[in-house]
Amino acid sequence: MKPFFDRGPSLPLRLFIALLCSVGLITLDHYTDSSVQLRSYLTATVSPLFYLANMPQDMVFGASEQFMSQQKLIEENNRLRDTLLLQNGQLQRLQFLQQENDKLRALLGANPVTEGQRLIAEVLAVYSHPFSHQIVLNKGSNDGVTNGQPIIDNLGVLGQIVSVGPTSSRALLIADNTHAISVRVERTGLSAVAEGIGQSDALRLIHLPHSTDVEVGDRLITSGLDGVFPEGYPVARIIKVQRDARQPFLQVLAEPYAKLDRIRYALLVWPHRGISNIDPQILEEMHPSEQGQD
Amino acid sequence: MQNSWRFLYIHLTLLLALLLNVMPLPAAVKLFRPDWPLLVLCYWVLALPHRANIGTAFMLGFLVDVMVGTVLGVNAFGYSVICFVVAANHLKIRNFSVLQQSLLVGLLLALYHLLVFWLSHFLTGVYFRAAYLWPVLTGMIVWPYIFWFLRRTRRQFKIQ
Repeated sequence: MKPFFDRGPSLPLRLFIALLCSVGLITLDHYTDSSVQLRSYLTATVSPLFYLANMPQDMVFGASEQFMSQQKLIEENNRLRDTLLLQNGQLQRLQFLQQENDKLRALLGANPVTEGQRLIAEVLAVYSHPFSHQIVLNKGSNDGVTNGQPIIDNLGVLGQIVSVGPTSSRALLIADNTHAISVRVERTGLSAVAEGIGQSDALRLIHLPHSTDVEVGDRLITSGLDGVFPEGYPVARIIKVQRDARQPFLQVLAEPYAKLDRIRYALLVWPHRGISNIDPQILEEMHPSEQGQD
Repeated sequence: MQNSWRFLYIHLTLLLALLLNVMPLPAAVKLFRPDWPLLVLCYWVLALPHRANIGTAFMLGFLVDVMVGTVLGVNAFGYSVICFVVAANHLKIRNFSVLQQSLLVGLLLALYHLLVFWLSHFLTGVYFRAAYLWPVLTGMIVWPYIFWFLRRTRRQFKIQ
């Protein structure tokens, strides 16, 4: 048998050094600002591991798509085309409404609401360690992603980017303990702050006095007051209001619209960049006859 | 060449465990995911304490921190402590039956989870839910298989 600890420092000393380093790291990460840069660098370094860890899932999904029957594919294709048609129709109306809204706001002397540029990103890992709800996206600084950028999906707000590598980035979800988002109750216009409590299906509204008018079922939308999230995106629906006079504030819980525990695609939003119109290629595909006439 | 390859095998298994740790899983089973890196590390510290030790544990814990997104150093702290306990008692633990080892591993996993919880609670104010302790149970269940698999491959490749 080999003598084990004949070289290097003794075991307790090693532990001491390791714990000292850990505490140093914790302090560096949690109490200083340099950690954002460090995190971005580290995220970039380990991103190949995420691509690797994602491979089995990709293969399973790829295989299931491969073996999907043609009938099913045609059905799905038809359904998607219908939805696209429907939504494009609504979009035309939306553009008209937006113009009208801009004019009205101009009459009032208010700033026009900016509609941001978007980019679709695939989720590489939804690692929710129970203590940290984060996702890793396959878009990074090469695609123009920046820190603090909001991400949404088709149902509602997901969260914001907290560290960026060249080809991947990490986003904090609204359900995370350290995340809070400024919201407005759609029915009453009341502003509030919704913070995560570490559960993917619940947020908590904080510091609401007992006299506040909130009801179960109220929609919460982003208020834009936090300067991170653009105004008007759906965030959550109130599911529980507890009026307990012994507590200093109302106990209000809300359920996020976005399914935070099963995200596959996310939409990156650049709120302050100019509007990007619908992809011309999609329009061409939608109206092939017009193209033929040209 | 041969020797360095054998040495690499330890790192390869640790890397595989890291990948398992971040592999996407359905939401229903995600809470039950065992702490693969910690279990594999425990085996190597138990079997070859001169190869894998607190330095390895610290680096592995740091990588877990980076990949999982906890505050940097939290997992490194937990891994170092667990590794210390195992390394200091490796001669005793080796003599236990696999079942007894499994119980002990459960105890260590619980200690690790409590350490990480305490640190996270102190740093970010997370709340405790009993569901966070599922990995302790699943870890105890998979330990005999990990032990059996790693010992077999270790003997096959004659790593020492």
